[in-house]
Amino acid sequence: MHDMAKHDAVAHHAPTSFISKHVFSLDHKVIGKQYYGLALLAAFVGMGLSWLMRIHLAWTNFAIPGLHLLTKNGAPGDVMTPEFYLQLMTMHATIMVFFVLTTAPFAAFGNYFLPIQVGAEDMPFPHFNMMSFWVTFVGFLVLVSSFFVGQGPTLGGWTQYAPLSALGEVGGPGEGTGVVLWALSIAIFCVGQLLGSLNFITTTLDMRTRGMSLWRLPLSAWAWFITSVMGLTAFAVLMPACILLILDHVAGTSFFVSSNIVINDQLQPHSGGSTLLWQHLFWFFGHPEVYIAIVPGMGIVSHVLITNMRKPMLSHRVLVYSMGALAVLSYMVYGHHMFVSGMNPVSSLAFSFPTLVITIPSTVLVLIWLGSLYGAKLRINAASLFGLGFISMFISGGVSGFFLAQPSTDIMLHATYFVVGHFHLVMGVAAMFGIFSGTYFWFPKMYGRMMNETLGKVHFWLSFVGAYAIFMPFHYLGLAGNVRRYQAFTPDYMQRLIPLHQFITVAALVTGAAQLIFLYNLFYSRFRGEPASDNPWQATSLEWSTPTTPPPHNNFGDKLPEVFHDPYQYGVEGTAGDYVMQTSPEKITTGHDEA
Amino acid sequence: MAKFFAVTIIAIAIISAIPILRHTWWMAEDISTHGAPIDEQMSETMAEAGISFLASQFILAFFIWKFSSPKPGDKIKNFPGGAKAMVWAAVLLVGTEVLALGVFGVKAWANVYFTPPAADAMPIQVQAGQFAFYFRYAGPDGKLGPLHADRISEANQNFFGLDPASDPESRDDIVTAEMAVPANREIHLLMHSKDVGHSFFVPELRVQQDFVPGLDLSLHFTATKIGKYEIVCTQLCGLGHYNMRAYLSVMSQQDFDNWLKQQAAMQ
Repeated sequence: MHDMAKHDAVAHHAPTSFISKHVFSLDHKVIGKQYYGLALLAAFVGMGLSWLMRIHLAWTNFAIPGLHLLTKNGAPGDVMTPEFYLQLMTMHATIMVFFVLTTAPFAAFGNYFLPIQVGAEDMPFPHFNMMSFWVTFVGFLVLVSSFFVGQGPTLGGWTQYAPLSALGEVGGPGEGTGVVLWALSIAIFCVGQLLGSLNFITTTLDMRTRGMSLWRLPLSAWAWFITSVMGLTAFAVLMPACILLILDHVAGTSFFVSSNIVINDQLQPHSGGSTLLWQHLFWFFGHPEVYIAIVPGMGIVSHVLITNMRKPMLSHRVLVYSMGALAVLSYMVYGHHMFVSGMNPVSSLAFSFPTLVITIPSTVLVLIWLGSLYGAKLRINAASLFGLGFISMFISGGVSGFFLAQPSTDIMLHATYFVVGHFHLVMGVAAMFGIFSGTYFWFPKMYGRMMNETLGKVHFWLSFVGAYAIFMPFHYLGLAGNVRRYQAFTPDYMQRLIPLHQFITVAALVTGAAQLIFLYNLFYSRFRGEPASDNPWQATSLEWSTPTTPPPHNNFGDKLPEVFHDPYQYGVEGTAGDYVMQTSPEKITTGHDEA
Repeated sequence: MAKFFAVTIIAIAIISAIPILRHTWWMAEDISTHGAPIDEQMSETMAEAGISFLASQFILAFFIWKFSSPKPGDKIKNFPGGAKAMVWAAVLLVGTEVLALGVFGVKAWANVYFTPPAADAMPIQVQAGQFAFYFRYAGPDGKLGPLHADRISEANQNFFGLDPASDPESRDDIVTAEMAVPANREIHLLMHSKDVGHSFFVPELRVQQDFVPGLDLSLHFTATKIGKYEIVCTQLCGLGHYNMRAYLSVMSQQDFDNWLKQQAAMQ
């Protein structure tokens, strides 16, 4: 556990120049903030794209002023073409899934707080850590660059199903250079996340300070650890898949293209590949990815809620085991994305069962959260509101999983807006709420100033009601057979659904605009917020016992902390109040240490 | 604020459930012989998911209401039964739910995929390509001629790549852009793609199946209600994906025979 030699090897001097301090920094805290900044930028870009899509879906021929600036020929007269809609959709999803939902809750907060929560000076491989961010940043630039190259970005959706994605420009605008840039960007992103995961795992296992046993890790640290194990295995599969996809474009291979494909009356020069191979490789990554996005949120929200409930969860260990069970099961369920793909129908049943079983650990998590609220002394603030909102969203997005877990009901719902509603609630909105909750909670530690509570609450109310107004109707659309990934709803039976789409668009515009309040609050509070004390929430874990706020370069000053207790000693009679910090040597007679 | 939050959660939960209960936007009417178990499975799942949804949201709201305004002297309390009760509740409640859904779901799925088509089912071939479906019916010889990908030519209206000159079985094949089937007759749909992935989705028929380049897949179904329905593509296939659709007419046997004759005359 605590090993001085190891720490000496890791320790690096405080940087002196602007470049080494803020740009190519080795400090996990700076890297965490860089990841947060990237996620923030990506989130607003992704949201902007979704606004354009929503406007087009509700009023197909509406001219969006200035739209032509984004594309060479995708918006004649500022009216979106069908292919440009699909390109925006693909970019929206790719940016959100990879550069927001993976980077913010996992890479950003994890980088900043995991080393502090385990009581370390930094991550064990600071150069890898720095590389992880900059590689990810390059991945983002490569992805966005596809807007300005050739026929624009790929239109194949974030899942990039072959053979559409592997045939080149003949498949459609952006299917040549656009796909190559997409696959390159994702492969680069995978490298970044593999380096990050490696650091997270090693930090958790090797860098814990004296007294910090595994069971004394806060739930957020557990969540980042579990996520990094998933990241290490999932991204390691996606990266080679992307490389094979690139080879199909540039090296004349046919990994994902079968024989006898005819486009524009031309037999394509490919043979022998497998279309379904891509789907298997992609979803073997894709389903764990869902949990990579949401498990950190579970940890963060548990951590935030415990502090604001002033009591520990009913069981620390059961929560950890449940998150672990989700991680293990996430590899066995991926085939539920492929029920109607033409794979053996027996496989569908084999994938359906673990998918249904995965609801058990999810339900345990929800019940533990709910049961822990019982008898709490709940504080209502922006952080805890978003935490409670997370639970509500996770429930709402979770129950629709029952339908998609069964091949028979999936026949009716596959590839409809029902699926879109399901994953937006459970991995999009819920994960975003986790990010918001973490932001309002940890901002004082990161910047030494409190965020504005009133603005935070306004942000919460608009986001909570708004997210439901947007995503609940998606389920109704799906039940009525509204197919996703359509740029206009031409089939006769979809005509009557258009007013519902218009309602959703209005809700999306309002809810999106509410996010500007958050952005304003971030920048305003960064410079004008009330100064924060070292421990403004009367919390117990190690990030609140740093000698200064924000923490010094080596986190804990001259001496690493020693840990004496479980992470969540709340509702006890301590010298400071109803809590005892992990670093406090005082004896606790009123509570009990599980560890 | 906490009480207002609790009321908001309950209001949202109830408002969300109303369109589901009233079937304001709901699945299209079932016109297939295999669809009833699917619909039943859908209703059962809806009941179980709906109860889980409402109950959890209500409990969340209730606890927020009740435990958010502690008085100064209040002590925290623990839920009677603790974590064990929660784990058992999850395993028992959800476990039973999962088993029930799993077992019945298998039946509904098996109905579609594990029963072979009847020997006298009528074969119809469907080819998906960017961005249209084409259908092929066997002529009087009852046989579909072989396909030659290299002969596919939209310019010459040879959508399937047939070679009637050397394949006598192809000579009487009937190729159409719309699909018609006789009511109450089992159809054996032979599916292949000409280019990229597509899908065959007819909500009323309770079928959705991808076309996979390189794989020959098939479906079988019986339509029971005369009428005109839509076949839509649900697998992203390119810029015209949204517009890739065809009509499916379910006709009486006599109307169907006449229709097929007309189509044959137009070849």
